[in-house]
Amino acid sequence: MNRTTIDLWVGVFVTLGIAALVFLALKVGNLNGAQLVQPYPLTAKFDNIGGLKARAPIKSAGVVVGRIDSIKLDPENFQAVVAMRIDSRYSFPRDTYATINTSGLLGEQYIGLEPGGDTDVLKSGDVIKKTQSAVVLEKLISQFMFSKAAETPAAAPAAPAK
Amino acid sequence: MLDGTAIILRNIGTRVVNAIWRLGYAARFFVRIMMSSGTGFRRFNLILREIYFSGVLSLIIILVSGLFVGMVLGLQGYDTLQRYGSEEALGVLVALSLVRELGPVVAGLLFASRAGSAITAEIGLMKATEQLDAMDMMAVDPIARVIAPRFWGAAISLPLLVAMFSTMGVYGGFLIGAVHIGVDAGAFWGQMQTAIDFQRDILNGVVKSVVFGFAIALISVFEGYDSDATAEGVSRATTRTVVTSSLAILGLDFILTSFMFRG
Repeated sequence: MNRTTIDLWVGVFVTLGIAALVFLALKVGNLNGAQLVQPYPLTAKFDNIGGLKARAPIKSAGVVVGRIDSIKLDPENFQAVVAMRIDSRYSFPRDTYATINTSGLLGEQYIGLEPGGDTDVLKSGDVIKKTQSAVVLEKLISQFMFSKAAETPAAAPAAPAK
Repeated sequence: MLDGTAIILRNIGTRVVNAIWRLGYAARFFVRIMMSSGTGFRRFNLILREIYFSGVLSLIIILVSGLFVGMVLGLQGYDTLQRYGSEEALGVLVALSLVRELGPVVAGLLFASRAGSAITAEIGLMKATEQLDAMDMMAVDPIARVIAPRFWGAAISLPLLVAMFSTMGVYGGFLIGAVHIGVDAGAFWGQMQTAIDFQRDILNGVVKSVVFGFAIALISVFEGYDSDATAEGVSRATTRTVVTSSLAILGLDFILTSFMFRG
């Protein structure tokens, strides 16, 4: 095996390897699309965040506009403080509503931003005041069951009479 | 009775001391390779030659295995996912399992048996035929001339091979999932791209492949250099390379994964 053949094959090999890495980065990992442009921080306080996790997306009208940076518990009023970073291409009115939604029945949870009508916009470091907690399925079920249980005493005497 | 126990205990002791001694010897050997690598990189065509022998010649097995692993993931993943009505997540499943785990581990195992064993056998045979001693006599440092190029050739080749393995796997999953079974191709790629994070998934996979590359390269050259200078010694060293490398890959994989994906 002479020198030039080896050089050629190694060149082909390294090129293929780098091409594969680029493919993984761009096509599989979507490196260019997922990146936020000069993101600015915002925080929001929720009574209950349910299963929300750091790095979950923040969507407005279904479009990803940011990501969650960190989630902490406020030791004073026991609310969850969610720090997020929003793409600087988008700015939201001050009375924007932040809700915790679930994509699909079993999908991941994300924060949805519903813009209000205020002419002032949220600036870097601002706090979103209007928030709505996550819907906890167990609470819903127990509410439903308790309300059903409250109804039954009225219905129960009727049943044996038949 | 007491003598028997003493003999058994002494045997255990000898094994442990030998194992630790070999580990220390391997560490010193690694340092020596690193110190001789400067000369190795100055004569880069030696490393190119080794990249050819361990990397280019492993291409076929890596590409074909990657394709088949991806295709099997496509079939198995679809079968499981369609029970939950989420067959669009097939792309996520295939790509995540390949990029994070199967790519580095399976390609590493294949590389250890295909290229690592060859390196050990070659160095072991050079030792058995006293070529290494002859080099020493001619004032050519065998570590710089023989060992370091082989080490770097293997350590550079593996990350590239792993990237190709994962790429072929994703493509194989695409062939089965989107082309053969008929999962929507847009959903296949789209869900994959939203779910896979460059830093968390792909870079961590690359880090794994680099670590495995170093581990396999070191084990291969060390076992060859440390082999008994006989035909039997070379054969035993080759076996040990494959066994130790495989165990090292799986063990390191666990350690790295537990650091990378704890939270």
